[in-house]
Amino acid sequence: MKRVVITGAGTVNALGLDVPTTLAAMAEGKNGVSDLEFRDVDRLAIKIGGQIHGWNAEGRFNRQQMALYDRFTQFTLVAAEEAIRQSGLEFIGDLATRSGVILGTSGGGLTTQDDNYRVVYEEGKNRVHPFVVPKLMNNAACSHVSMAYNLKGPSFTVATACASSNHAMGQAFNMIRCGMSTAMVTGGSESMLCFGGVKAWEGLRVMSKDACRPFSMNRNGMVQGEGAAVFVFEEYEHAKKRGAEILAEVIGFAMTSDASDIVMPSKQGAARAISGALNDAQVDASAVGYINAHGTGTAANDKTECAAVADALGAHADNIMISSTKSMHGHLIGGTGAVELLACIMALRDGIIAPTINYEEPDPECALDVVPNVAREAQVEVALSNAFAFGGLNAVLALKKAS
Amino acid sequence: MSDVKEKIIEIIAEQAVLDPSDVSMDQSLEALGIDSLGLVESIFAIEETFDISVPFNANEPEQSEFDISSVSAIVKAVEALIADQKS
Repeated sequence: MKRVVITGAGTVNALGLDVPTTLAAMAEGKNGVSDLEFRDVDRLAIKIGGQIHGWNAEGRFNRQQMALYDRFTQFTLVAAEEAIRQSGLEFIGDLATRSGVILGTSGGGLTTQDDNYRVVYEEGKNRVHPFVVPKLMNNAACSHVSMAYNLKGPSFTVATACASSNHAMGQAFNMIRCGMSTAMVTGGSESMLCFGGVKAWEGLRVMSKDACRPFSMNRNGMVQGEGAAVFVFEEYEHAKKRGAEILAEVIGFAMTSDASDIVMPSKQGAARAISGALNDAQVDASAVGYINAHGTGTAANDKTECAAVADALGAHADNIMISSTKSMHGHLIGGTGAVELLACIMALRDGIIAPTINYEEPDPECALDVVPNVAREAQVEVALSNAFAFGGLNAVLALKKAS
Repeated sequence: MSDVKEKIIEIIAEQAVLDPSDVSMDQSLEALGIDSLGLVESIFAIEETFDISVPFNANEPEQSEFDISSVSAIVKAVEALIADQKS
């Protein structure tokens, strides 16, 4: 089997519009959650989120592009540009046909849907823009990345709610590992911060009105975020031969289904995914130094996740650091695993562990080292990134320091 | 029987798939077999029926201002909300 390394990373999210800014913000424990700004926000009970303010889409894209790019596509294209530029790859000839795009998203072009439903239902118009469908479809971002960079290999979009990005990156990893592809552009994007997007989540009554406080006793729900992160996964020998900078190595991936409840998480399903990723990576639990938690800040997720980590890692669970960066950038739903992979890269490459901010009171049911409030310096050899979706679909990636 | 009480029993009975006459006032929703999703749906139905807003966060049900410990507690809480929000 081939080895798979990460040779490019890009992002836009509430903490920053590129990777260096985002990692610096994570290291500072910066709070990216702010008051939401969009039409009809006054009709919402939940008015905070990890929103990207001052995005200036018109300054980034021309009129023709704007007609086709929903906000989630815009985020993806900007993140992909940073990642591919860093990788130094140019997709021509055989490399183009052997490289593809696999991205995660849950809502796809939700803002486009929201805007156009308004036009026909609220404003009573009977005509919509001709590009509504190509703009809102979940695979629009994937297709535009493939067109922009001439990526002609296996390409598709994965939608598994909050685990979408991890499932996408897991597929990209396995395609390179088994020899189907040389390089894959992968990650995910989400732009659910519009009236309809937040209103739907409000209905479930799991959102916090003030802050995302993962693992803290007084946590009271999740806070949504938006943005994208995109990576270039590349076959190790190919990267080595051209002298590419390796950010980290992807060494394992596992996915499981709880097969139990549409919203309540299961300890067994999560633990099986964590153990599965270690097993796939052929590393012992004792090698793990850091876990980027799913850590949504809901009562149910955080205690279930801690119990699952304790089950999967045994006594070693007390030695590892586990943090939820959702406390800073919010929950990017289908894009969240991709942004969170950046924290794993920072841990492995830079020896900086991103904190769980807004942590106020210990919870005996979350009695792990959650790196409260302040980043920490530590040498980590192996890191895991957890994603546990509504619907009980779990996906865990294992990464190793570049060597 | 008050109108509020009757309507709440109807809502809860529908969630629990029971006849309204089988719902007693001292029962908890849990005892009636209503899970967390059923609870959130019941609260939605209460809001729609009485045109009120119910303060309830599924992350901290015991800390919510809305008492859901029994059917009678819910009736009392809804009556208070109606008095508050409709006055």
